[in-house]
Amino acid sequence: MTIIIDRSRDRSNATGPVSVAEKQREKDRPKGLYKARVPIYPKLVHGQWRWIKWVLLIVMLAIYYITPWIRWDRPGALPDQAVLVDFDGGRFYFFMIQLWPQEVYFITGLLVLSALGLFLVTSLFGRLWCGYACPQTVWTDLYIYIERMFEGDRNARMRLDAAPMSFNKLWRKAGKHAVWIGAAFGTGGAWIFYFHDAPDLIRTFWVGTAPMTAYVSCAILTFTTYVFAGHMREQVCTYMCPWPRIQGAMLDDQSFQVTYRYDRGEPRGPHKKAESWEGRGDCIDCNQCVVVCPMGIDIRDGAQLECINCGLCIDACNEVMEKVGRPRGLIAYDTDAAVAARSCGQKPQHRLVRPRTLYYAIALTVVGCLMIWGFANRKTLDVHALRDRNPAAVRLHDGSVRNGYTLKIANHGFDTATVEIRYGGVPGATLTSPGREATDPLTLRVDPNRVTSVRVFVTAPAAEDVDGSRPASFEIRSGDERQAVRTAFEYGDLR
Amino acid sequence: MSERERDEHSGVETTGHEWDGLKELDNPLPRWWLWVFYGCIVVAIVYWVLMPAWPGLKGYTPGILKQSDRVAVVEDLQALQAQRGRGEAMLATASLQQIEADPALQAHALSVGQSVFGDNCATCHGAGGGGNRGYPNLRDDVWLWGGSLEEIEHTLRVGVRSEHPDTRTSQMPAFGRDNMLTAGQVSDLTEYVVRLSGRPADAAAVGRAQQLYADNCAACHTPTGVGDRLVGAPDLTDREWLYGSDRDSIRGQIHNGRNGVMPTWEGRFSPGVIKALAVYVHVNAGGGEASGVAATAP
Repeated sequence: MTIIIDRSRDRSNATGPVSVAEKQREKDRPKGLYKARVPIYPKLVHGQWRWIKWVLLIVMLAIYYITPWIRWDRPGALPDQAVLVDFDGGRFYFFMIQLWPQEVYFITGLLVLSALGLFLVTSLFGRLWCGYACPQTVWTDLYIYIERMFEGDRNARMRLDAAPMSFNKLWRKAGKHAVWIGAAFGTGGAWIFYFHDAPDLIRTFWVGTAPMTAYVSCAILTFTTYVFAGHMREQVCTYMCPWPRIQGAMLDDQSFQVTYRYDRGEPRGPHKKAESWEGRGDCIDCNQCVVVCPMGIDIRDGAQLECINCGLCIDACNEVMEKVGRPRGLIAYDTDAAVAARSCGQKPQHRLVRPRTLYYAIALTVVGCLMIWGFANRKTLDVHALRDRNPAAVRLHDGSVRNGYTLKIANHGFDTATVEIRYGGVPGATLTSPGREATDPLTLRVDPNRVTSVRVFVTAPAAEDVDGSRPASFEIRSGDERQAVRTAFEYGDLR
Repeated sequence: MSERERDEHSGVETTGHEWDGLKELDNPLPRWWLWVFYGCIVVAIVYWVLMPAWPGLKGYTPGILKQSDRVAVVEDLQALQAQRGRGEAMLATASLQQIEADPALQAHALSVGQSVFGDNCATCHGAGGGGNRGYPNLRDDVWLWGGSLEEIEHTLRVGVRSEHPDTRTSQMPAFGRDNMLTAGQVSDLTEYVVRLSGRPADAAAVGRAQQLYADNCAACHTPTGVGDRLVGAPDLTDREWLYGSDRDSIRGQIHNGRNGVMPTWEGRFSPGVIKALAVYVHVNAGGGEASGVAATAP
């Protein structure tokens, strides 16, 4: 399960030290059909990237937990929750935006935008999403934090796991799992608030009158959070997630990734205090980059499928470099091309503008503009005219011809709209709607926030000179809004 | 078994399969994958216990949840009946005009009416109510028995030439078949009727038929030919012809005097459904005969 994207070295002829991870892999080589998970005990590290990760963790969790509780005043009986996926009402609310199910293309557009954004960021700066923002990473970080609270850091955890069962081990393990399950329940519990009014649901949830979907969703999310963040962790990224496999197509040797600068580090080996640094690399093979890695890999093997680019090995290595008095940045965000250039003694050059990043940026701009254009041109009223097809045309007693239409008027607004309807394109045509006063123009009141269906009929004198049908249109006016809906007036074979 | 090939780069055994130089590594499955498989087996066994699962010689194992789609359908239907009951009450208490003028009630009546019309009326009147030869068009403004909401509802309830005691009825005699008129007289009357509807006709025949019309037809169709709704006599001056507008069709109708039949729907539908159907027909006829015919009637 190792796909190495390292083109800078031919590993088959590589001599020199074998990495710890490589040794571990050698030990794990298949002896049966199934491979047990190799436990990973990431060590706590301090530094710039770890700090950023803590901040982002708090920000992400805060967004997730606080969002459903933001209130947003909407008229009438409409929900006052700023962000709500209302399945019962068939609406999606996002602050001042309200989407109907038939406007799902905005969600599609948003997903396309997200995907393109992810492509662009990945081709520029590697898997930032994986390392900092992915829920799997955020929650795994949180769970490792909880684990550390109960069981201590890496060495203590390894000792505890190896030790026989004792009261000490029992309460630590039990405590960890209890808090894990609590955090998982908190996760699943917060999820359901996005689908129902939060203050209402938090009450009904506990008295047992919440919808069954709330309980089932909460249970599923609790289970998956506990299993994925507590037990599966890096296995989710390596085995389940398609993104590590896709991202290879976005990366090239100009993409910034967490990189071991082998030009500076090799040949590696232990270093004693008084020894000279002449003729050797800066890597002292202390293994700190491996022990802090939440994915259990050795970054010195080059860019690899498992690496989520979280930068923790950078912090670990910087700490060590400072201790031994060498410059920081033996492991750093860098490009393959830069490392290769340096190893040949050339000056590294970074190219952010490349055909690949340009294409992604253009696609991102185009889709973004389309979305903005679509939003800017959203109308309060959405009108469709469905012409009767059976019969397409009806002849009246005096020989005139009548067509029937069903007008579907969707009022996206929150106020009752007064709509004026005119019919154009057919000389002498009159517009009527049974059960409604015959006025010119036909005037209707359209209820807010729903689709109103209106039967209308257009009567026109027979036209001997028209063959078949004539193009026509409904003109709809409501306040300042005006739109035309194209249709046809069918004479049929009744002339 | 001989030693399997090992991939030099990764050190993993290959399966021995090769496509265009690409060899498949025989990486092991993760252990948890196996657990998921065992988990699926456990779920299947639990399912057998809970749900209907195994066929037997007579019936099947019902499972301890006693889940049955058949029972669920019956319950759903009962729920549907209860729901329809509310709609029925709504329709029964409102007048026909109220139903048509209220957008929500009208929408409800249209959906009920469409479904009932499709199942019961469309066979003769056509799916869209456009009619067929001998079966009146319900979408236009020509009505043998009246196109107001009340008249439509009444026709629906009592039918035409039906078993209902108050049925609407009229009698067009078979003048030719029953030897009341000669073939020549029928042909003359045909020309007269063509003339009535404003089309060119043989003037000599029309002249000969004048007295015949007054003696035989004017009683029902009125002297001017505009018809009489009280006896269900159609207007002969308009452009609507139930049995066809060409001379052969008109001659055939004078000769044979066909009389259509519509069943009574009272007793088959609840009053609410008949109201909904009346509103459906009235609305789809563009509001029945709100304009037009009434003005030309005597």
